[in-house]
Amino acid sequence: MSTASENTKLAQVTQWIDARFPMSSLWRDHISEYYAPKNFNFWYYFGSLAMLVLVIQLVTGIFLTMNYKPDARYAFASVEYIMRDVNYGWLIRYMHSTGASMFFVVVYLHMCRGLMYGSYRKPRELVWIIGMAIYLCLMGEAFMGYLLPWGQMSYWGAQVIISLFDAISPPLALWIRGDFVVSDATLNRFFAFHVIALPLVLVGLVLVHIIALHEVGSNNPDGVEIKKHKDPVTHKPLDGINFHPYYTLKDLVGVSVFLGIFSAVVFFAPEMGGYFLEANNFIPADPMKTPPHIAPVWYFTPFYAILRAIPQKQLGVIAMGAAVMIFLALPWLDRGLVKSIRYRGTLYKTAFGLFITAFLILGYMGTQDPNLWYVNPTSQICTVIYFSFFLLMPIYTRMDKSRQAPDRVTS
Amino acid sequence: MKQHSRLMKLLFSLAALTALSAGLAGQPVLAHEELTLERAPIVEGDKASLQRGARAFANYCQSCHSAQYLRYSRLTDIGLSEEEIKANLMFASEKIGDTMTVAMDKSDAKAWFGNPPPDLSVEARVRGADWLYSYLRGFYKDPSRPTGWNNTVYHNVGMPHVLYELQGVQNMVGEEGAKSLKLVHPGKLSEAEYSQFTADLVNYLVWMAEPAKSTRIQIGVLAIFFFVLAFFVTLALKKEFWKDIH
Repeated sequence: MSTASENTKLAQVTQWIDARFPMSSLWRDHISEYYAPKNFNFWYYFGSLAMLVLVIQLVTGIFLTMNYKPDARYAFASVEYIMRDVNYGWLIRYMHSTGASMFFVVVYLHMCRGLMYGSYRKPRELVWIIGMAIYLCLMGEAFMGYLLPWGQMSYWGAQVIISLFDAISPPLALWIRGDFVVSDATLNRFFAFHVIALPLVLVGLVLVHIIALHEVGSNNPDGVEIKKHKDPVTHKPLDGINFHPYYTLKDLVGVSVFLGIFSAVVFFAPEMGGYFLEANNFIPADPMKTPPHIAPVWYFTPFYAILRAIPQKQLGVIAMGAAVMIFLALPWLDRGLVKSIRYRGTLYKTAFGLFITAFLILGYMGTQDPNLWYVNPTSQICTVIYFSFFLLMPIYTRMDKSRQAPDRVTS
Repeated sequence: MKQHSRLMKLLFSLAALTALSAGLAGQPVLAHEELTLERAPIVEGDKASLQRGARAFANYCQSCHSAQYLRYSRLTDIGLSEEEIKANLMFASEKIGDTMTVAMDKSDAKAWFGNPPPDLSVEARVRGADWLYSYLRGFYKDPSRPTGWNNTVYHNVGMPHVLYELQGVQNMVGEEGAKSLKLVHPGKLSEAEYSQFTADLVNYLVWMAEPAKSTRIQIGVLAIFFFVLAFFVTLALKKEFWKDIH
């Protein structure tokens, strides 16, 4: 009896809100009656995981801001203060530093999924482009955040990256730094961008990414459109299942595994052997002392390796920029008859395999001392493979002998 | 056929993850060139060793090196009482909540040593325990240096061998390519005692660089346990709901 009356009360509240705000219809359209293909596999966890990491970064970031001081005199000390004197400050800081790297891990896997199953192709071109905008924003966010601890690598990493703009236009570099060298002025503006400007853009873009995705519907490992076959009565896609509860629950399994791995790093290897937190960054920034080797954090190293592979600096900067931006052209470069790698021919599979291998090798080369004999030649070969994957795509995808994709999804 | 393609997918996913983790496991460019370092024989969390290290730090390091991010009160974590800290490790004018600063003026320090002695709060995270251990044992007589000392792992270091009373004096002997250190004038401590002394000091430096480390690992065990449990619960829930999806 009491539950029934409570239910009516709840229904009344819901009605009251729905008359003023589309709460129930938003829930239906995007969660409970959003139909996702039933054949999602391992690769489909990384979208929701990227959102989870975004939330982790936002929440830990807010708490870090409470004790961090964006001042060249106090920044390094304030980070150590957080690590030592703030209650669980070390946990908040390690979650944030690990979260930065894990963000790129899940985003790279998410992008790899898009490549494999042709999720960038018609009608999902805008989903892909908005996703690329998120990736660019994330790169800016990570780069600016890395300056904030004000250690040697923060300082000299920023100095090197901003000096790339010197190669294009010195006034531009000066405008970005706000000074002739990386200084307090740079730290302050990077802090402003890192804690408010870019996160706002990032959250907005993620929302737009999801709205665009839900408009066209999710792709799947078979690369076939589930909207083609709908139930004649209910008009629900026959191969679609409700996002909630099916994928909310499935994603929770992914979340548990991910947080297990995340905790393993945070609690047992927060430095991750120098990849997530570099030893040199425990030395306060010193504008008078250049460290012997300056390398960016691992998630930028593939592009850094492309930059170094090209002997002429301006061309190197252009190539590095092009290496990132070329992903935007993907929807129009791919002329294949099928979307998913499952039904593609040997040509595409070979090209894709070479591309992934080249990307990983470039990432490794970017961490290595450029004076080692093998670093530049290997990077150059991989740079050629990297760009060939895109530039030759209209040719090899058209020549590729793909199999007929099925009409309905296979489980 | 279906089984086969599923297996291939799994293998491909695993290969991708392996490649990723292999990339992560390699070493990035190091801050200093490759050196053969002695392994520091430290037992992290050994409170007696940490207390001896704290005393050694106060007596031998802290006249020049600060540890400005560490508060004296934090030493209660290694089993010292506030009274013991006040009596043995602090100057009379300091308060228990103060950080370990140094009285030496920075410009004086620069004039005397070329560079002011670095703050040692997080030094162990820059160098690592093995480097510090090797460094503290690697001083030898070198008349060409202004201080009269040189070091095997930090060539032409500005710091003199402040522990020579304890270790004694070492000379660099042997031919080029096969050089080694030889104790020519024994110190107050035997070799074994000096090894213990430096190990304690390094242990303390490592603790000081991240005092929350032991808490971190304790909580970590609980966190991993929790998420393993969460995995089985969420998996069971997912399977229950997915029973009717074919």
